[in-house]
Amino acid sequence: MMNIEKAVLAVITTNPSKVNGGAPIFICESKQEMETFAANLEAITDGIVHSLSEELYIIVKH
Amino acid sequence: MDEYKYAILFGVFVGTMARILMLRTDYRQYPTYLHGKIIHVSLGFIAASLGAIAVPALIEREYTAVTLLTVAATQFRDVRNMERNTLTEIDPLELVPRGKAYIEGIAISFESRNYLCIFTALISTVLYIYFGLPIAIVGGVVSVLLSLRLMSGKTIKSIANIEYTPLKFDGAGLYVDNIYIMNIGLKERREEILKYGAGFIIYPKNRNVVQTLANLGQRQAMLHDVSVSLGVFRDSGTPALTPIMKRDLNDGRIGMFILPQNRDIDLAIRIIGAVPILETAIRMPSESKAHHEMRDE
Repeated sequence: MMNIEKAVLAVITTNPSKVNGGAPIFICESKQEMETFAANLEAITDGIVHSLSEELYIIVKH
Repeated sequence: MDEYKYAILFGVFVGTMARILMLRTDYRQYPTYLHGKIIHVSLGFIAASLGAIAVPALIEREYTAVTLLTVAATQFRDVRNMERNTLTEIDPLELVPRGKAYIEGIAISFESRNYLCIFTALISTVLYIYFGLPIAIVGGVVSVLLSLRLMSGKTIKSIANIEYTPLKFDGAGLYVDNIYIMNIGLKERREEILKYGAGFIIYPKNRNVVQTLANLGQRQAMLHDVSVSLGVFRDSGTPALTPIMKRDLNDGRIGMFILPQNRDIDLAIRIIGAVPILETAIRMPSESKAHHEMRDE
């Protein structure tokens, strides 16, 4: 059986053209909104917010 | 066997004393007070009795008595299992876990201390029977000291130098010197980490110890000890605030990121230095046959 150890729980972005696919995607209006979403989702999911670029955050369960 | 009565009593006494002296409840808070201690003192008493009784039995040519020692060995292997199980059960509840390697190290030492106990009792009884009480006391003290010496292993400071290095961010990447630790997305988290975190670089002193320091179990043991001694700024559900150690692949240095509640840097360096080197982490690449042949040429 394969065990998935890490998983992307959510994607948060201000630029919808950059994202697509499986994980829940949250599209935000501004950088500030993105930070708030990310902070809340981090607390809710017990994951870590990682930044791929200024406009794209992902939440990863480690 | 009446003539051996005092010899056996003396052996049991010295053996049990040795176990009590070896039983230290320190910053690891292990063994726990009272109940954990009672278990180990009792087992120490049993071990000492076995060691003391073996001698007169052999003198009386009761050679089958030796088989009793194998029962002892089985018994004390169970001690190791017991310690391993307990610690493994409680490990997920630690904010910074000990890790399997550290648990194994602790379990091994609990087992071996019982053998040291047998050894001490055996020596004391032999000396008592053949040379009388005064020599036996001297011999008992010497073997207790020897046991204590055998018990204490080496620590990190004998194989590495530790230096404080401030943490820094390059974009979202957290670094200790040039060693990448992890990616932190949120700005507030980064500020928190810079405020509460501390970085250390551990420089291996030679080629052999590079492998020892690279061992994941050894690294986890260091993180655990530091977090226990200095406190840790984290809670469940804050995985971003996790103490981590990463390795510089070029030269084997280890970057350590911790979140101490007590921010005394000198104390932290002393604590990292005092972490025991785990038996399971020790590697001796320079002792390999290939290396010896190269040197001889």
